[in-house]
Amino acid sequence: MERREQVLRFAQDDRFDILVIGGGPAGIAAAARAAECGLNVLLLDEGADVGGQIWRRRTGSLARGAARAWFTRLEASGATVIRGASVVDAARRADGGFTVTAERAAGALLVDAGVIVLATGARERFLPFPGWTLPGVIGVGAAQALLKGGASFRGKRVVIAGSGPLLLPVASALAADGASVRLVAEQARSRDVGRFALGLWRHPATLVQAARYRAGFVGTPYTLGTWVTAARGNGRVEEVDVTNGRTTRTIACDLLSAAFGLVPNTELARLLGCDRTDGMVWVNHDQQTSQAGVYCAGEPTGIGGVELSLAEGEIAGLCSAGHPGDARALLPRRDRLRRDAATMDRAFTLRPELRTLAHADTIVCRCEDVTLGAIKADWRMRQAKLYTRAGMGACQGRICSSALEFLHGWEADTTRLPVEPTLYSTLTAEPATSAPSANHGA
Amino acid sequence: MSATGALVTMAIDGREVRVSAGISVAAAMLDAGVIAFRRSVNGSDRGPLCGMGVCYECRVTIDDVAHRRACLVMVADGLRVSTHACRPERSEGPA
Amino acid sequence: MTRTQRWDAIVIGAGIVGAACARALAMDGLAVLVLESGFTGGSTTAAAMGHLVAMDDSPAQLALTALSLALWRDLAVELPAAVEYDACGTLWIAEDDAQMEMVRLKQQTYRDAGIACEQVLGAAALSALEPNLRSGLAGALLVPGDGVIYPPSAAVWLLAQAMARGCVVRERCRVDEIADQSVRCGDEWLHAHVIVNAAGGGAVALTPSLPIVPRKGHLAITDRYPGFVRHQLVELGYLASAHEMSSESVAFNVQPRATGQVLIGSSRELVGWDASTNRRVLREMLDRAQRFMPALRDTSIVRTWRGFRPATVDKLPLIGRWEPTAGVWIAAGHEGLGITTSLGTARLIADMVMGRTPAFDVSAFAPNRALPAAEVAA
Ligand SMILES: Cc1cc2nc3c(=O)[nH]c(=O)nc-3n(C[C@H](O)[C@H](O)[C@H](O)COP(=O)(O)OP(=O)(O)OC[C@H]3O[C@@H](n4cnc5c(N)ncnc54)[C@H](O)[C@@H]3O)c2cc1C
Ligand SMILES: Cc1cc2nc3c(=O)[nH]c(=O)nc-3n(C[C@H](O)[C@H](O)[C@H](O)COP(=O)(O)OP(=O)(O)OC[C@H]3O[C@@H](n4cnc5c(N)ncnc54)[C@H](O)[C@@H]3O)c2cc1C
Ligand code: FES
Repeated sequence: MERREQVLRFAQDDRFDILVIGGGPAGIAAAARAAECGLNVLLLDEGADVGGQIWRRRTGSLARGAARAWFTRLEASGATVIRGASVVDAARRADGGFTVTAERAAGALLVDAGVIVLATGARERFLPFPGWTLPGVIGVGAAQALLKGGASFRGKRVVIAGSGPLLLPVASALAADGASVRLVAEQARSRDVGRFALGLWRHPATLVQAARYRAGFVGTPYTLGTWVTAARGNGRVEEVDVTNGRTTRTIACDLLSAAFGLVPNTELARLLGCDRTDGMVWVNHDQQTSQAGVYCAGEPTGIGGVELSLAEGEIAGLCSAGHPGDARALLPRRDRLRRDAATMDRAFTLRPELRTLAHADTIVCRCEDVTLGAIKADWRMRQAKLYTRAGMGACQGRICSSALEFLHGWEADTTRLPVEPTLYSTLTAEPATSAPSANHGA
Repeated sequence: MSATGALVTMAIDGREVRVSAGISVAAAMLDAGVIAFRRSVNGSDRGPLCGMGVCYECRVTIDDVAHRRACLVMVADGLRVSTHACRPERSEGPA
Repeated sequence: MTRTQRWDAIVIGAGIVGAACARALAMDGLAVLVLESGFTGGSTTAAAMGHLVAMDDSPAQLALTALSLALWRDLAVELPAAVEYDACGTLWIAEDDAQMEMVRLKQQTYRDAGIACEQVLGAAALSALEPNLRSGLAGALLVPGDGVIYPPSAAVWLLAQAMARGCVVRERCRVDEIADQSVRCGDEWLHAHVIVNAAGGGAVALTPSLPIVPRKGHLAITDRYPGFVRHQLVELGYLASAHEMSSESVAFNVQPRATGQVLIGSSRELVGWDASTNRRVLREMLDRAQRFMPALRDTSIVRTWRGFRPATVDKLPLIGRWEPTAGVWIAAGHEGLGITTSLGTARLIADMVMGRTPAFDVSAFAPNRALPAAEVAA
């Protein structure tokens, strides 16, 4: 058990001016800009590498385009980067600064920082339907993430059914890997969908081309106003039902990718007491949250795509470093991208039929196997949790409470440390500030 | 697949497999044909859902530590994975 | 103002104590109304460990916990699975020979009170029962009649039993004021012969001179590790931690949940209603636990939380008539034992309300009893 013995602790004089949590586009931009201002910056990310969801690289492959430029810039900026570090706690100290705890494979990591920039990104929204717990039913971005993690879906029959601009790029990535994509079904039907789906939402050009190529020439049908109603199989998904509200058909497949847009990761922001509006972290013009010294950039402030995440990250980096003047030039661009994001959001509005997919015996909370029928619609999230254990399991409601927010219009329950399950030994690691008392050997 | 082409040997439920270095444990398991990673509270099989550390459906025991997320851990030579496992662990006391 | 019917009894608060009182009164045939500002079992009851435990801080405490445990055991067969009743027993752990001496005294005290505790375990026997405890401990006292429940579901079930006997429950209904045989919710006055203030930590706001102070406690829970621990394990030092109204203390107190999770306690702080997580105290609590169970350090912690025990200086709840206001009864101030003592409290309240003689002398619980005031100073 020695291997987790080591606690990485920065000495007091090593205190960081700025700690950026999350190394996606927003976090990279924030860390680079702040470090370029001459400040002592640390960037922590839970992944094996920085890049976040979109710039996640297949191991060993090289970054291209904007990603490459930003990776280079981050490296040149002098910011310290630690990968594979999951932040599980952040607390304000009496002096106004913060102590942040992260878990790494090698042991706990404790960091003191004057200012925090939250760039924790987003996750996918999953909605329950009969059969969604079968192995082989995964998310849309999940398929991409697993591909980039080295998995292969070659020869697998895939149905993609969900919502949002990720469907086509993921279809193309799967097809490029040798999967046979049987159907791409988008639940929304509005006129704007095509515009966003085909790349006006600023995908990297290559992906857009690939998406067009696959969707246009390989013959994979891309249908609007179509959604999944059930998955079936013996121990794994074997077939799925899709409907357009009038006719339902069954398609045989080995993999179903089904996710319904993105939800922001706001757990750390909530733990730190940051205000939210409509589930998003509230920020002012400078990307500062309602909590002094806590900035937020990228998806947690509103789902808006990589360009917006970069713009917000740059602004957060400059403002947290005390250079709001330099950020002024970026504001109009950010504000325009936010308006685009709002349009996109409307284009992919979830249809009410999706609230009726789950039956009384359909599991809603996958960690604790709680069915929809066990949960009363006139409760609050906390009641569902206390009475049925929904949301009490390992994911702490990250999946079921996003679903219940949509199904019942509820709000998430309180967040407490650790924001994600962590090793016991991470929580017993002692911060440097209280180290002297340990020497007295009580 | 890793650009370097290096391979490592790991064990999934005691079965040895050679996989590319630098891929996630979840990817290695899926490529080895394992689709059920854990058994749910009521006993049904579950596999990865989110692929990015959020859903905890990919929990397996890695090198004797239960409840590790296979999608976040990278393969390593000699790494041992067991599925469906949440057995008590002991580090001290008589056998 | 709305004209309303007159109830036999109004119970304020649907924590486990209010729920148990409502059930007992309804079973005595009274028409009972329960008013709860939040939802059933959602306050301190939702924060508790759920250890049903005989405790001997004072003879009155031992009498109340012993009565309560007997009542829980009687109910055991009726309790639905959701209440997660587990007759796992308690092991009081002795670290050294001096504590083994205390174990024997405790055994004697419990026996005298009629509580079964035949077994004093030596080091080897203890280690065989709980292999994840560190080696080198001196031994333990096994109290087999103790158990564990899941408190919020217990409160829901107790209240459902009351409702089956005609009790009416209003959730999201805050009581703003208590007067002679009546309570006010917003601008509605409700009337009853008997008003039971069972508002837990909120009881003081309604009956301001009640001597209840919040005593904060942290808990942490792991993912599932079935069989990791089999009994509720408590170090003997817990008694001192619970007894002394000092500003801060931690003790090793670990519980097996029906889910296979391990629930880890406990801490005590007198910091008013400060709801923030005290990371240092939490760390000390976890450190203390891993000193006894080193294997804990490799478990995964899923969540931590804190709650406020409604405490009194002499560690005894306030149970009885509140003379200054007509028809008012108090059932509050149960500190760290309210899950256990809810049933005993309800029995005493029902006996007194119905004019029966309680099983034992209840003067030690009188809400207006003289309390050693000086000790509160933290
Ligand atoms: C699964 C998925 C796939 C996507 N695929 C595409 C795509 O193909 N094309 C496209 O245009 N857009 C895609 N998007 C949208 C894209 O993520 C965003 O537009 C953009 O990446 C947002 O950047 P960000 O920096 O705000 O967040 P992210 O890129 O999500 O970065 C957040 C980072 O924070 C880290 N993090 C979160 N919490 C913690 C913590 N507690 N401790 C440490 N680190 C933490 C995460 O590991 C992650 O690296 C995808 C989104 C998701 C969720
Ligand atoms: C960390 C911790 C661990 C514990 N572990 C144990 C244990 O292992 N075993 C044990 O026996 N005990 C334990 N306890 C103690 C136990 O939780 C309490 O003694 C018990 O829950 C008290 O129950 P109650 O019904 O009096 O209070 P509560 O559960 O607080 O119920 C009072 C109710 O009154 C309502 N209310 C308040 N004001 C008003 C108003 N004005 N109008 C209407 N409603 C109102 C509240 O909303 C609440 O629902 C523990 C406590 C803590 C904090
Ligand atoms: S697949 Fe969701 S946490 Fe690994």
